[in-house]
Amino acid sequence: MNTITASPPPERFYRHRLPVRVMHWINVVCLTILLMSGLTIFNAHPALYWGQGSSFDKPWVAITAVQGPNGAVGVTRIAGHQFTTDGVLGNSRVGDAKTPTQRAFPSWATIPGPQWLSMGRHWHFFFAWLFVINGICYVLYALFSGHLTRDLLPTRDELRHIGRSVRDHVLFRHPTGEAAKRYNVLQSLTYLIVIFGLLPLVIVAGMAMSPRLDAVFPGWIELLGGRQSARTLHFLAATGLLLFVLVHLFEVLISGAWNQIRSMVTGYYRVPADKETA
Amino acid sequence: MNTSTGKKRLIKSGHTPSRVASRRIALRAALASVGTLSLAGCDRLSRNEAFVGVLKSAEKLSHSAHGLVAGRKAMAQEFSQADIAAHFKANGTLVPADADYHALMQGGFKDWKLEVAGLVERPMAFSLTELRAMPSRTQITRHDCVEGWSTIGKWKGVPLSHVLEQVKPLASAKYVVFRCADSMETPAAGSDSTYYESVDLDDAYHVQTVLAYELNDRPLPVNNGAPLRVRIERQLGYKHAKYLMKIEVVDSFAGIRDGKGGYWEDNGYEWYAGI
Repeated sequence: MNTITASPPPERFYRHRLPVRVMHWINVVCLTILLMSGLTIFNAHPALYWGQGSSFDKPWVAITAVQGPNGAVGVTRIAGHQFTTDGVLGNSRVGDAKTPTQRAFPSWATIPGPQWLSMGRHWHFFFAWLFVINGICYVLYALFSGHLTRDLLPTRDELRHIGRSVRDHVLFRHPTGEAAKRYNVLQSLTYLIVIFGLLPLVIVAGMAMSPRLDAVFPGWIELLGGRQSARTLHFLAATGLLLFVLVHLFEVLISGAWNQIRSMVTGYYRVPADKETA
Repeated sequence: MNTSTGKKRLIKSGHTPSRVASRRIALRAALASVGTLSLAGCDRLSRNEAFVGVLKSAEKLSHSAHGLVAGRKAMAQEFSQADIAAHFKANGTLVPADADYHALMQGGFKDWKLEVAGLVERPMAFSLTELRAMPSRTQITRHDCVEGWSTIGKWKGVPLSHVLEQVKPLASAKYVVFRCADSMETPAAGSDSTYYESVDLDDAYHVQTVLAYELNDRPLPVNNGAPLRVRIERQLGYKHAKYLMKIEVVDSFAGIRDGKGGYWEDNGYEWYAGI
């Protein structure tokens, strides 16, 4: 109880500026819809290949169903290995249905829920435009507002002490005081990889699947290994983005979720006091 | 131990544990309901005409943007003999069930004729022999299905532009409609469900748009659209209508079936299938 009187009121720090907050929440909506409608499109032909054309008899990833003694069983094959993924991948219940349906990704992971390719495409392409426009705005803002150099690019000193940041993450130690006011080095490196690596890859690989855009310079998609390689890379980059989101959400949850979410809404973050002063 | 440090933190931030707990429960409930509501919401929105109209506005944007970066004459990639797939996958109708088509097929398509009509100066009809005698183009291209797969094949046929030059489209011409022999649904009395497709004049006059009668150096197989199918190389597979019977030059799709310009378009797919 002594702590009530002993501790000073937490410092409110304006951490996220309005454009970043707005673009962040647009990203949340777009990325969620893009991932889920993308799975609807994948479900129309749930197999991945390398090269220009599809080698139908030997995809490197296939989500399908095989006949078991009690009916269909969902399986996933990756590079020659088969895993039973019944109930989730390959064979799952749609909504409240009593019997399962053979479909690659389950209805709770797709937009729309029931398999509906044309509608999935409408969702995907509308939000792809929004996502790309939002992304271009973000990169321009980051460049011209100083957000890139001030917040995103790690300093030489931070890079030198990357080992400590790794250790802090592994031990779930969260920054306090001054350090809590800016991105930590692993965080900013992750953001840079996502912004300048994964996102351009997912967009370019997506464009490479468009037969009309392939005609910009006939043959340019050979740089990605061909159209089916582009489809695979699009899927892998999207998987990378999903992984990023999961880690991001995990970090938000374990580092004071309410404070973190509020700061991305209002901009203000209550800075956790340094351990020495606590 | 954990509870005491937890409590300390809560008190420090100025909230009583019970308030935080109830807020946490509320937040969790809100998140869960947002999750299920938004999923159900997406399905409900997918059936809302106005909302789907907004989603579909992206189609025009994509079409114009693609036209800017890949002009109307931009060429689809062509491949070498070595790239040709061992088996060219066939999709959609594999053998039309229609009796009229079967009669033509049994006669080796000798009685088949391609009718070209609509907004043209001279409506004409061409036999397969006449089409084969016209100038031809051979191209090895990749066929991309809307489902996601691709397969490479070699096509030989007469450029659609050559056929159009024979019939002379009128100045009012805007689109070319392809009428096919295959019914997509079990024929019900009086209803027409034959496949059809359409393209604008940019694609109709494109160098690689051919009326193909050969696949991989052999007469076009029935599975792939015998005796004649169109190749629209910069768009997805469903634009490449098979089992052609008639080509119609029009200025609008109004009055043609559901008015969307194609069988799959009438069923919700994009008319512009360059994406």
